[in-house]
Amino acid sequence: MHTIRRILLFLAIVLALPVSAQAKDLIADQSFGKANNEIVVTFAAVADRAVVENPANYLVYEEHDPDIKLELLSVVLSADQKTATLTFAEPLNVRVGHVVTIDRLVESGAAATFKVAQPYFGYLLSILISALLINNFVFTKYLGLCVFFGTSKRKDTAKGMGFTFTMVIVVSAIMSWFFYQFILKPFGLNFLQIVIFIGLVSLTVQAVDTVLRKVNPALFNAFGVYLVLVIANCVIIAVPLILADNEYNFFESFMLSLGAGGGFLLALYLMSSVRERMELANIPPTFKGVPIAFIVAGQFALAFLGFSGLSLF
Amino acid sequence: MATDKTSFQLVVNGILNENPIFRLVLSMCPAVGISTTVMNGFMLGIAVLFVQVFSSCTIALFKNVIHPRIRIPTYTLTIATWVTVIDMVLAAYLPEAYAKMGIFVKLIVAFAIITMRLEMFACKESVNASFWDGIGMGLGFMFGMMALGFVRELLGLGTILGYDVLGFKPLLFFVLPFAGFFCVGLMMAFFNYIEIVYKRAKRA
Repeated sequence: MHTIRRILLFLAIVLALPVSAQAKDLIADQSFGKANNEIVVTFAAVADRAVVENPANYLVYEEHDPDIKLELLSVVLSADQKTATLTFAEPLNVRVGHVVTIDRLVESGAAATFKVAQPYFGYLLSILISALLINNFVFTKYLGLCVFFGTSKRKDTAKGMGFTFTMVIVVSAIMSWFFYQFILKPFGLNFLQIVIFIGLVSLTVQAVDTVLRKVNPALFNAFGVYLVLVIANCVIIAVPLILADNEYNFFESFMLSLGAGGGFLLALYLMSSVRERMELANIPPTFKGVPIAFIVAGQFALAFLGFSGLSLF
Repeated sequence: MATDKTSFQLVVNGILNENPIFRLVLSMCPAVGISTTVMNGFMLGIAVLFVQVFSSCTIALFKNVIHPRIRIPTYTLTIATWVTVIDMVLAAYLPEAYAKMGIFVKLIVAFAIITMRLEMFACKESVNASFWDGIGMGLGFMFGMMALGFVRELLGLGTILGYDVLGFKPLLFFVLPFAGFFCVGLMMAFFNYIEIVYKRAKRA
């Protein structure tokens, strides 16, 4: 129990760190605005309009790039003189923290410096939701379709395949992340990405197969047959490649792979529910089997378009 | 165990009887995802043709020294090697087409069609027969992708290979990404229909 509590405490501290980096007494709140090129700052007291609305008084840069100043177009102070909206020339990369310095904000002329960052936990959840619904790998990225159409005839098969796949993809994506960050990148072996990632996937599949066979034969009997199919699924190799491209960290990688696996499970389950019903329907002979399944998948894809633009955090 | 088919029959077999997209229903991801124009289909077809031919030849060459129990990982690594080669070549010499195909070139490594041909054909047959089978499968894939691209580009944009043929855009719907599902489904139904009509005519 103690160890678990300690681990949880550690995780909470790690996750809360970027959030707790607050500013001085002058600034009450700061966040990214609704549009992707805005930062909204709330002052603790009434601010001087002449100072705040002059873009020359600002210095804004991304946390890891202090040399590159971001171009500020305009600053608008609200009527109660407490909330300022900073509009930038180009969209901001909300994934990284931004450091903002305002000159002459107080009488003495000293500068106020503070950091704007998204709440980290919400950001992680948004990666999960995005992979699950908004960028569902099957319906909006068109990956893993061979296995999708092959195993979505029965609900039981769909569940088995979905769970096996989620398990394998989380393990293999984390291993791939580790290999990429600590072996491929430091030694400049980026060109080996494809070979290493597919090798790791085969290795994971083989390992899960062996371990499951010995440890839990009942589970193996239920899910063993799907293990072979996992490797023929494009998603399993697409996720490590996306992780490597976007330079995700450990938590982000975990969330993305979980979302990809869960999204695949969701898609399979939805599809199998429809296909079980379709067996009772009177379908024209030319459309029987695979063609009608494609049409149904197209309708699901249309429905999933509705999730685009969904933002929770 | 050598096949008694001639090289010509092997190629035709890949394009018609065992067409990877419309007959075997394999490697559907690119067929839905990026078959919006004829050119896209052609470029990815070239990449798959290359990987299929070279992997088939490699496996056919080394079939006697590969232990049966580790054959699947061996196939996967062979394919991954050739995919890396074509990936780097395309990125270096055709950066524009490469950018359009995005992640799909790298994903050739997980295309079921290539592994399946290695398992069913190349590990039993001679290098020569495997070469022609690879050509047939690659061309079959390219043909399927280009047929889809042809329909989608013509109906969606009114163009073929970027040249304006119709002068207007009949159904913009077809170039939207998700329409790939509908397009594949309708074309399969169309081929089924032809087959049914053909059989009926034969019987009568």
